[in-house]
Amino acid sequence: MITMENVSKSYKVAKRNAGFGEAWKSLFHREYETIHALKNVSFTINDGEMVGYIGPNGAGKSSTIKILSGILTPDDGTVLVDGRIPYKDRIRHVKEIGVVFGQKSQLWWDVPVIDSFELLKDIYSISPQSYKQNLDELTELLDLGELLRSPARQLSLGQRMRCELAASLLHNPRILFLDEPTIGLDAVSKLAVRDFIRKRNQLHKTTVLLTTHDMQDIEALSDRIILIGKGEILMDGTIDDIKKGGENIDETIAELYRSFDV
Amino acid sequence: MPRKYHDIVDDGSTNTNARDMSTNTVARDTSTNTIVRDMSTNTLAQDMSNTLARGGSTTKKTSALRLWMRYIGINVRCTMQYKMSFFMMVLGQFFVSFSVFLGVYFMFQRFHSVKGYTYQEVLLCFAIFLMEFSIAEMVARGFDSFSSMVRTGSFDQVLVRPRNEVLQVLGSKFELTRIGRMLQALLMFVYAIPRCGVDWNFAKVLTLLFMLIGGTALFSGIFMIYAAFCFFTLEGLEFMNVFTDGAREHGKYPIDVYGKKMLFFGTFLVPYALVQYYPLTYVIGKNDNPLLIFLPLLAILFLIPSYAFWRFGVRSYCSSGS
Amino acid sequence: MKSSLSVRKYQSFFRLRFIQGLQYRAAAAAGITTQFAWGFLLIIAFSAFYEADPAAFPMSFQDTVTYVWLQQAFLALFNTWMLENEIFDTISNGNIAYELCRPIRIYNMWIARSLANRFSRAVLRCSPILIVAFLVPKPYRMILPPDLGTFLLFVLSLVLGTAVATAFCMIVYGLTFFTISPQGVRVLFASLVDFLAGGIIPIPFMPDKVRAVMELLPFASMQNAPLRIYTGSLPAEEVKVMLGLQFFWLIALVLIGSSLCRLAERKACIQGG
Repeated sequence: MITMENVSKSYKVAKRNAGFGEAWKSLFHREYETIHALKNVSFTINDGEMVGYIGPNGAGKSSTIKILSGILTPDDGTVLVDGRIPYKDRIRHVKEIGVVFGQKSQLWWDVPVIDSFELLKDIYSISPQSYKQNLDELTELLDLGELLRSPARQLSLGQRMRCELAASLLHNPRILFLDEPTIGLDAVSKLAVRDFIRKRNQLHKTTVLLTTHDMQDIEALSDRIILIGKGEILMDGTIDDIKKGGENIDETIAELYRSFDV
Repeated sequence: MPRKYHDIVDDGSTNTNARDMSTNTVARDTSTNTIVRDMSTNTLAQDMSNTLARGGSTTKKTSALRLWMRYIGINVRCTMQYKMSFFMMVLGQFFVSFSVFLGVYFMFQRFHSVKGYTYQEVLLCFAIFLMEFSIAEMVARGFDSFSSMVRTGSFDQVLVRPRNEVLQVLGSKFELTRIGRMLQALLMFVYAIPRCGVDWNFAKVLTLLFMLIGGTALFSGIFMIYAAFCFFTLEGLEFMNVFTDGAREHGKYPIDVYGKKMLFFGTFLVPYALVQYYPLTYVIGKNDNPLLIFLPLLAILFLIPSYAFWRFGVRSYCSSGS
Repeated sequence: MKSSLSVRKYQSFFRLRFIQGLQYRAAAAAGITTQFAWGFLLIIAFSAFYEADPAAFPMSFQDTVTYVWLQQAFLALFNTWMLENEIFDTISNGNIAYELCRPIRIYNMWIARSLANRFSRAVLRCSPILIVAFLVPKPYRMILPPDLGTFLLFVLSLVLGTAVATAFCMIVYGLTFFTISPQGVRVLFASLVDFLAGGIIPIPFMPDKVRAVMELLPFASMQNAPLRIYTGSLPAEEVKVMLGLQFFWLIALVLIGSSLCRLAERKACIQGG
């Protein structure tokens, strides 16, 4: 179970002004601007739930994912993931979660994908039996077969994303965080990724929290949507709650963004 | 000169492991739709075996050393994908240090000693110092290219893995091409050891060994500090080069050549002298104090403040989330 | 009219690059510190050698000190290892195709941006180093040129040296089109040329035979010439030869580089980058 209660996070960003004189001044005195990435964010996600986390760019999605995966320490509030405080005991926490950053790669560029997997096996200290079992299952579900033997640099984006997903699940985590997993993928790959996430959730009761800009992802995957804007939770409900009539999901969301002025 | 050759060289290098995924969208794969298969059978069996698997995964932890070896293995295989590039780089690294050696050689064609040190003694000093540097550089190269890890955000990926960050950062880049520099150090050893007039005995060999250990630790510590700075700023890190490449190049002469103030600096602030000047005087017989044999090991303590600073950096990264 | 327009094209390249270069203030501050420390250590090492045997010094100690300070102050102008990653990247990732689409000669564009890059770096970095070099206590203090004439010759030689170094870098860029390992080529050139140019130890400190050969090579026309002309200790004859060699090598390197780039352009057109 994931609970966030009144979590706040703000950053200080140094102001930069143009011009030589300003630059000289900033050497001695810097002005900071505080940006509130999260303001009193609270939600609960139960085991086995699949939740879509949406909001415009800079709304605080990534900050939330980072806090939940133990990378970022919040200023205020309580965070509990399966009874653990993520940022307190990072190593114990991250053993039990899987994270995919859609815009980054965790695979080694120049060696076959399977080599990266073997390394992850040692990083997570996965026993040989469970490694084999998990790998077999993932290979089948994601149709990795041949891909495992090619270097990551030779894979297409869609193929690589399938490998990334497998890499994050080798240690069989109970919770999966996906940060824009379908970004830049073609239609076929998107379907494959969505399909896999759904299956994973059904088969293993894996809790999934995913951020995306692709509303079809949300429609296909999650029953529940959390909408965040300017650091605040604006809405937490089912897809039917926000959908009135036969509108297209993109229009619905756009309308929603507009109504909250985010 | 003061800039790093390897920086210039590696910026565009081909074997970065974490890349922007948004490149290479041209190739399309069509094989994905085969995934859609009926999986509803044997769900129970899967569930059971997963429970087992999960239990098994936490039993014993892969040792750090084994994991590190695994990292080296994968790094070496990556490097070997580009063999021609590798050999050119090794050659290049060799020449970087070889030209410094040539400088020393030509200086001693003209002058016969400096501050009482002969050419052979200077070469011995240079060889040891360069060896210390290149071992540290090979091992701790991950720190040296850490700024790009912070810039591209791949440090986030380090943080979501259940392992010590230092181990993972070191593993991210093991630079085999530094063998070129090591080769240069070895050649100078081979030349200087029989000619430097040292009566080699067990104590002196031990001193030499301790110098290598202490020096590697010291430079690794400096690289770690360099990396820790990346948590706060990605600009202006160049000044750290004084302590890395600068030390490497100017450390060819024993530190006392640079005067008392530099010796003080190199003893108490950044303890280069502990792994260079003091034990060297013992090896070449200028000082008989047996304590000097063990002095280089003291430099290992430098890792404590380095690591503390690194931890401070990681903590600040986690609270600022740059 | 037409020609003035085409020159303006490169002028605006130069200006853009120059302003961009001025942005990196933190880097400049760090660079100044580094170069100052570097120069300082070099000078102390030289003074240790001077103590050991003053008679073996090929130039006066004062001239040596001045050489080192000038070298550190104007490093950005004539070092050949400061190659631009962006240029290498455009070659290796094929973005050069964009450049080929524009109505400009690649060689001219690259030389404009390289010169701008060098000048902007030098402008930011030289004055603090020079100020300190004129303030440090006596034996380590930099001296002024003896007269205005020498100073002007120095400036001329400095400009020529910068041009020679830039023209040489163009050849390195051009070569990367034709090699499997551009990184390897870079690092090899970087170390070798730095040595031959007098970057490790000044050319006068080399043994006489080596020195005689090195002084004829294009690399001596980069930093060696201006840095030695500055102190005015060279006989007028030698200065003339040096400047003549600088002119000669500038023309030679530009001819080689531009034909290399033309070949490369053709190659890129055929292979599609």
